Amino acid sequence: MTELAQLTTKCSPNWCPGCGDIAIWGAYKNAAVQKGWDNGNTAIVAGIGCHGHIVNFTKLTSFEGLHGRPLPVATGIKLANNRLNVFVFTGDGDCLAEGGNHFVHACRRNHNITVFIHDNAIYGLTTGQTSPTSPHGYKSKSTPEGNPDYPVNPLALAIAAGATFVARSYAGDIQSTANMMIKAAEHQGISILDILQPCVTFNKELTHGYYQENTYKLENHDVKNKVEAFKKSLEWGPKQIPLGVFLDIDEPTYESELPQIANNPLIDNDPVRKDVTKLFEEYT
Amino acid sequence: MAFKDNLFSVKVGGQAGQGIKSAGQVLAKVATRSGYNIFTYTEFPSIIRGGHNVTQVVIGERDVTAPLTTTNILVALNQDTVNKHMAEVVGGGVIIFDADKRIDTSKVKKGVNLCPVPLAKFAFEAADLELLENTVANGAALALLGADLAILTDLVAEEFGKKGQKIVDANKKAATAGYDFAKKEYADKIKDVLRKKDKVEKKMMISGSEAVGLGAIAGGLQFAAIYPMSPISNILHTLAKYQEKYGFIYKQPEDEIAAINMTIGAAYAGARSMTSTSGGGFALMSEGYGLAGMTETPIVIIEGMRPGPATGLPTWSGQGDLQFVLHAHQGDFPRIVLAAGDIEEAFHLTMKALNLAEKYQTPVVLLVDKNICDGDQSYPVFDVSGYKVDRGKVTREKKEDFKRFQLTDDGISLRSIPGFGNYFIANSDEHDEEGFSSEEIDNAVSQHEKRMKKLATCDSQDMEVPQLYGPEDADITIVSWGSNKGSILSALKDFPNVNFMHIVWMNPFPTTAVKNVLTRAKYVIDLEANITGQLAQVIAEKTGIIIADKFLKYDGRPFFPEEIADKLNSVLKG
Repeated sequence: MTELAQLTTKCSPNWCPGCGDIAIWGAYKNAAVQKGWDNGNTAIVAGIGCHGHIVNFTKLTSFEGLHGRPLPVATGIKLANNRLNVFVFTGDGDCLAEGGNHFVHACRRNHNITVFIHDNAIYGLTTGQTSPTSPHGYKSKSTPEGNPDYPVNPLALAIAAGATFVARSYAGDIQSTANMMIKAAEHQGISILDILQPCVTFNKELTHGYYQENTYKLENHDVKNKVEAFKKSLEWGPKQIPLGVFLDIDEPTYESELPQIANNPLIDNDPVRKDVTKLFEEYT
Repeated sequence: MAFKDNLFSVKVGGQAGQGIKSAGQVLAKVATRSGYNIFTYTEFPSIIRGGHNVTQVVIGERDVTAPLTTTNILVALNQDTVNKHMAEVVGGGVIIFDADKRIDTSKVKKGVNLCPVPLAKFAFEAADLELLENTVANGAALALLGADLAILTDLVAEEFGKKGQKIVDANKKAATAGYDFAKKEYADKIKDVLRKKDKVEKKMMISGSEAVGLGAIAGGLQFAAIYPMSPISNILHTLAKYQEKYGFIYKQPEDEIAAINMTIGAAYAGARSMTSTSGGGFALMSEGYGLAGMTETPIVIIEGMRPGPATGLPTWSGQGDLQFVLHAHQGDFPRIVLAAGDIEEAFHLTMKALNLAEKYQTPVVLLVDKNICDGDQSYPVFDVSGYKVDRGKVTREKKEDFKRFQLTDDGISLRSIPGFGNYFIANSDEHDEEGFSSEEIDNAVSQHEKRMKKLATCDSQDMEVPQLYGPEDADITIVSWGSNKGSILSALKDFPNVNFMHIVWMNPFPTTAVKNVLTRAKYVIDLEANITGQLAQVIAEKTGIIIADKFLKYDGRPFFPEEIADKLNSVLKG
């Protein structure tokens, strides 16, 4: 059993008042309480960006790595101890710019890990430059005349790369985000949850108001149909931003196919000096 | 020269794709099984078919540790091999080539015996395949070496057994045809080089990459993520092959950045972990290198050097990465850097590196190079009985007020892993004793000092002084490192008045020991395979001693014992 108070650390959140990160943090803690995620069964990995500060405010054993690199760290953790629930907190810059390569490959490998993208379509921690999910024409400190690039679509990219669970939520809807986090965690295989997270300080376009106005909840959508999921993932615009689970299909997880960990995690067998006499024989 | 009297060199050359390396390995293994020692040296370009490949097998009664500039038997599977290597063949030596391919041997010097053999004809007769030319040639070469045909045919059966009886029979037929032909036609050229000994000690013939892989397995490796790159790819091939049997995981990542971060993740979660790469891949690993230092995560990095910068000479050897691994990454963190001098050292140091990483909770780099990775040498089976896995200060018990980065006298804190109730953050930001991000002055200073203290602890508890080969009192002292060791030792057989200091520990550095030897030395030569004398720079930095005479080579080729002998003679005559 996990109680909310047990997840509190000595550090107070240092995000801006109204930041979507605060809502994501709240949703995650609610989910952790509901599902009993604790220091006996869970590890968190975060990258660098505003999102990464979450490790300081959430009392679950964690690894805060380098910008763009949380996915390979999480992969290593899961392979070493597949009994752990492994959560990756990452940002749009962290995951889709600096770590874009890792994102594509993590999706296609279907490790049983859960990825939350704090997607605020801006670089907040470095005080407001365009990110991979910023709209075309978007004005920021790095694109004063408007963003010449077109945004990457994290959901379409994840589906194309082979992720087996792909969903989107809006941070301000804490209850739905928590529910989606639980669904993502319960899915066997890699789960990508893109969380629309307004940056109240630097992003004056994609605001709470904008998302409340323009999102809608997916209904009558077949989550087992990859083509339909892909079509839906391409939808974006006024009143046209779908929220919910786009794709949820069953494929063998990476870990389930490794005979070395079929019975128990790697770390359950303490490393000892191995008798390699038979291997030496092969070289005689 | 005396050291050559007991050595015999066979060189096989041809196009990439003609099975040059495998022919050389078969020859070397027949030699090993006949009771002799071998050393192989392979030169090949970074292409799969068409370029010029050669493998040299040096055979000796006792230890053979280096390549040679001379050749006793040249097996030329094409014209190019004759043109490029005929000058190396010694008087009384032999060139074997295809009798029917109009190979031009008009420029071969007098005194070298020409031994044409119908290689392609026998290969076709054996299996309608020209691919077996190398096997026919091996048969002929081994006949001239006085080897036992049965050793060759047994080996062929083992090598090709998995491919089916038909392939085995074809290869046996090809080998026998070449052997019988040479034995009959060139009976007067046969030497007793590989006459099977009455008593043959069982020996391995193993490459450096295979030795690193086996060392890792013997040392209790649990996880490795390695992206392919010359010259270390055979390390991952060895690990991938045995992972299920020995219960560890090898993962092929998308790049070297992922490789080191996966390795860090697995180590953080409690698995004994390593990665490997060459200089270019290590450039990508640089950020992860310091991440492991900052988060105090134990990882081993095997860095197989080849000449840079950039893609450089991808399939050749060099020692240009010493300063790079000693300094890569922003800021300071404790890094342990070792360099292996040969295949056996690479094996034992891989095992040691796994222990050092876990004891000091920090990255350990083991430098090897292409000569070590791709060369084969014969050894009695390695003795691992003295090795014990040391995981250092680590617990899976739930502790009250657990502080992962607690300040300690030796700089090493109690480590725990996720999933056992102990809360902590492995944090790339500067952090306090629990791992929370902290920018406070006292904390920044104390954590930084705590981490760096580990080097002083390692210096006093684990660092080893360099071995001095040869007499204490010598006219010349050679200082060197890495794969130069074999060639230096080979050359030193003719110089009883020269000694050699072989440096393995690069960081922490055995400053006092090195200083003592160099201060006593009458004349010092620094010998390295890079253009700036990178070890000499370390020595100058640590001891204040400037070595004036640097014997440097940076053409991708190994030091040959003959070159070292020439250098020593020129200094002695000085």
